[in-house]
Amino acid sequence: MTIHLDTLDVGVAALLVLVNAAASLALGLQVHRQLLWSAFRMVVQLLLVGLVLRAVFAASSVPATLGIVALMILAAAREVAVRPRQRLANGGNFRIGALVVTVSGIVTVALALTTAIRPVPWHDPRYAIPLMGIVLGSVLNSASLGLDSFFEDVRARRSAIEARLALGDSARQALAVTVQAAIRRGMIPLVNQMSAAGIITLPGIMTGQLLAGMDPLEAAKYQILLLFLLSGAGGLAAAGAVWLAARSVTDERDRLRVDRLQAPAKRRVRAEGRGTRSRAG
Amino acid sequence: MLRVRQLANDFGGPFDLDLARGECVAVLGASGAGKSVLLRLIADMDVGTGAVTLDGLDRDRTSGPQWRRRVVYQAAEPAWWAPDAAAHFRPGDLAQVHALLPMLGLSLDLMDVDIARLSTGERQRLALVRSLAVGPDVLLLDEPTASLDAASTAAVEALLRERMDSGLAVLLVTHSREQAARMGQRTFDMIDGALHPA
Repeated sequence: MTIHLDTLDVGVAALLVLVNAAASLALGLQVHRQLLWSAFRMVVQLLLVGLVLRAVFAASSVPATLGIVALMILAAAREVAVRPRQRLANGGNFRIGALVVTVSGIVTVALALTTAIRPVPWHDPRYAIPLMGIVLGSVLNSASLGLDSFFEDVRARRSAIEARLALGDSARQALAVTVQAAIRRGMIPLVNQMSAAGIITLPGIMTGQLLAGMDPLEAAKYQILLLFLLSGAGGLAAAGAVWLAARSVTDERDRLRVDRLQAPAKRRVRAEGRGTRSRAG
Repeated sequence: MLRVRQLANDFGGPFDLDLARGECVAVLGASGAGKSVLLRLIADMDVGTGAVTLDGLDRDRTSGPQWRRRVVYQAAEPAWWAPDAAAHFRPGDLAQVHALLPMLGLSLDLMDVDIARLSTGERQRLALVRSLAVGPDVLLLDEPTASLDAASTAAVEALLRERMDSGLAVLLVTHSREQAARMGQRTFDMIDGALHPA
């Protein structure tokens, strides 16, 4: 059985948002405008997406599906780029984000479509697009967490990294601890998600399938499959993003190039090849 | 042995300098004058222009790590990447490290102690042991005795002299004109990013 929602059903749920806004006013929390605006945006965005997807599903054309997937990848790459506090000069964060999001997203979704799910045709947008959406959500989270952790650690441990380089260690050796910590940080949400699934939380996909009337065991199988996919994609994205970031902050002479890294507050672009910094002494 | 020609970046230079095997050249100068810039450029820690050769070998013909094992730079504030001292040394260097520690008045037990529990002076001497353990041809020292008392300073200078007798070349940045006179065969003043014979 599929339950169809009408406007009144959604309107009743919207009352909860109004209650929150009223509480914000009463308690002086100053979040009521943001709350109402974001709720309004969410409604418009999701309805628009629903309309677009309805058209794309009906057309079932490869170019339309690819177009939607490309837009989703671009948006995810942008998120990966802007979430870390530190940025690489000349759009480096976006380049890293675009590469890892594209590779890990496409590889994972293609694997799922051609092995476990096997829709006919294999590129059926009804499967490909939602699957890509779920995978990209996980990928961008892991990649941005990994990048943020890596850049922050490079800044914080710069002296220690340079001490190793000064004693003849390679950049790979000097950055090993930082790289490991950053990849681990990117993967922790995946581990948490899997260990909490079914005990602390009922994951979104499974909940959606149950609400749509699917047999609980079948819904659980779908969720298990998805968590495996998300785990693989997220791990690949975190490792890829951190590895590319490590290459970006070092050069062919195994020097640490923090001059290529900028905090958002000072987004000035320094010319490549100009000297880094320590003016002490 | 070490030839530096027109070495420069945005913060200092161009520098020209020769350093012979077994020689110590001292560099004096105010904070911010460019002394560390010179050392970091020679060690290839920072990007710059110019040429550096060691025994005729162009720096750019060797990899960065290979160069920095022969030309070791020790920062004014040595940094540490692991909690315990022993983790900062290669297993193959430990025999040499155990020989060096007493020469600087440091106990062998210090290797098992948390770095954070060591005094600033102990860490500075341990950093010198760490630099020497690599077996460099040239040592670029940035104020290596800044946190040391007179006895420890004398021990450091004695150890450096002994190594210089074996051919080690030292470029020593110091704020002490007396130390420059004791250690340096030649002394330069660094003024606004340029070297001037003292």
